[in-house]
Amino acid sequence: MPRKVAYKTQIEHLQILDENGKLDAKLAKEQGKHLLSDEQVQQSYEHMTICRQYDEVAFKLQRSGRMGTFPQNKGQEAVAIGSALAARKGQDWLVSAYRENAALFMHGLPMHYVLTYWMGDERGSKIPEGVKITPLSVPIGTHMLHATGIAWAAKIRKEDSVALTYFGDGATSEGDFHEAANFAGVLKVPCIFICQNNSWAISVPREKQTASETFAQKALAYGMPTIQVDGNDLFAMYAATRQAHERARKGEGPSFIEAVTYRLADHTTADDASRYRDPKDLDAWKAKDPLIRLRKYLESKDLWTDEQQEALEAKAKAIVQEVVKTAEEMPKPDITDIFDYTFEELPESLRVQRDTMRTTSLGQDPEQAGLGARAAH
Amino acid sequence: MAELNLVQAINLALAQEMERDDRVMILGEDVGLNGGVFRVTDGLQKRFGEDRVVDTPLAESGILGTSIGLAINGMRPVPEIQFEGFLGPAYDQIVHHAGRMRTRTRGAVTVPMTVRVPVGGGIHAPELHSDSPEAIYSHHVGLKVVMPSTPYDAKGLLLAAIRDPDPVMFFEPKRVYRSYKEEVPEDDYTVEIGKAKIVSEGDDVTVITWGATVFQALAALDELPEDVSVELIDMRTIYPMDEDTIVESVMKTGRCVIAHEAARTAGMGAEIATILQEKCFLHLEAPVQRVTGFDTVMPYYKLENHYLPEAPRIKEAIEQVLAY
Repeated sequence: MPRKVAYKTQIEHLQILDENGKLDAKLAKEQGKHLLSDEQVQQSYEHMTICRQYDEVAFKLQRSGRMGTFPQNKGQEAVAIGSALAARKGQDWLVSAYRENAALFMHGLPMHYVLTYWMGDERGSKIPEGVKITPLSVPIGTHMLHATGIAWAAKIRKEDSVALTYFGDGATSEGDFHEAANFAGVLKVPCIFICQNNSWAISVPREKQTASETFAQKALAYGMPTIQVDGNDLFAMYAATRQAHERARKGEGPSFIEAVTYRLADHTTADDASRYRDPKDLDAWKAKDPLIRLRKYLESKDLWTDEQQEALEAKAKAIVQEVVKTAEEMPKPDITDIFDYTFEELPESLRVQRDTMRTTSLGQDPEQAGLGARAAH
Repeated sequence: MAELNLVQAINLALAQEMERDDRVMILGEDVGLNGGVFRVTDGLQKRFGEDRVVDTPLAESGILGTSIGLAINGMRPVPEIQFEGFLGPAYDQIVHHAGRMRTRTRGAVTVPMTVRVPVGGGIHAPELHSDSPEAIYSHHVGLKVVMPSTPYDAKGLLLAAIRDPDPVMFFEPKRVYRSYKEEVPEDDYTVEIGKAKIVSEGDDVTVITWGATVFQALAALDELPEDVSVELIDMRTIYPMDEDTIVESVMKTGRCVIAHEAARTAGMGAEIATILQEKCFLHLEAPVQRVTGFDTVMPYYKLENHYLPEAPRIKEAIEQVLAY
């Protein structure tokens, strides 16, 4: 038998808006009615600016001891917004890790929830009714399986709903990533896998994460269409997600998007990236900032002025200030709150722990412990 | 009313619940065409179709992780893990997601799923096919842990588990799968999760056990002199535990033997002994005695019966607490 090629493919890289804010005319034309409108771009730019301000304020809150650890999204806003623009609020599901606040806000999560969560209050994870997201997921890579399951349920129940799940480059090393992608491929569920390749998993660079030339090619193993996009390009991110979304809704199964971007901040406020990151590298990526690029685009089309910028910055400050106020003014939760949701109905032993923790400090019924007025025996 | 074994009773419960509630689905390795390695799901795929009884890829974390997603989005998944030794890869999903989801979202997101797993030894299985993990999952919050010993209870508890709004670990003692039959009603009935069963009433000593060990305890009772009156309790649910039944019994008898297959250290026997110490200390006539697996690896099958709490060891413990 002669040798033959069993499988052959290539990975496409998509960039529609270049680093100088110039749109590729041919690619833009190809998008046709799916190209972002001027109004959408303006709104996205505003939203990204507000989220950038949110990040900066959150960082300051942590540094001044008003909040716990916080992971910034700085530099990756176009991935979140571009993909979330392709999702239908209240209908599609966003299953995120912990760095995609901008997408969650667009999808209906009130902005103070995320601060509440990082301020150490789990009520920040209490997703409001009708908002189709899952809570922030701290363990790496485990939540993608939930997205596959949610999409699977949508398929079984014949719901017109797509699940979008976000994860970093590091998460692709986890077993659950592969199980989630494999299940999604085999079961052909309406799920979109969005890998935010931001170059770092805390201090470990992309080169030490995988020997693959792209993260996008990993999806080939699971039989799903895959693409690498410029993650700092709102247009490319929207176009790729939109295409994956259409495929999912047509019953054609999952898709994979590798968004090449860069984490401009530290991993979290507990991290110090100067220990492992070359400043030159950082400067190069700062020039590719998705916000700068989008502003250049808007200015080139005479859709943006310095006055508008000034007004937006003031607006962003005011909004975030209000959000911080809401989060900080939330009354401290009652300690019994830790018990009340363990199960729908509290088992007797937990009820005793809840009802007696204040009086005995032991979480133990005083009578049963032989310490009460009517001691046993 | 038919005489059924544990496998048939569970199969009946699954079939009836799938008939009643179209959100219920089964997923796992080999559960479909093959009907599961123990044939517990036999015939269900043929009856309910490949969308509701799903042969999944071979990946335990995948099965449990997608079940969580299915449950979040409106289904009532009943995933099967073939043997308890394979729960390891799915541990993260069970403990860090399923068990915590309701609490951390303050009730906004819940995970109503029932994880079926054959557990325990005594069937000459290969390595990692004979352990008893009930203490591990009882220790983690937000999970209910159920282990029936009889076909009647298995059917009623499984229906209760599937209808439960919280995640339930449903452990099936594989040693009992085909070794015991009893009448199981066709009717829709449930056995309440969290309630123990008094198998036999007695005054001299309380024996507390569950799963396959219930039958070892019954065999031990047969070997005791006729004037020894033993109260035998089958816990049926490991968490939440029915403290009232065991405390009331030990208040009456003053003596207690706890028997379980899992290793001794930090096993559920330790928890029960502490509860008894807290709640009926002054009623105890003898130290609470534990008959358990050893703090060793569950041995390969030539020695497994030495590891398991077999009837002679239980009998000896009863005699010791009586003689104290």
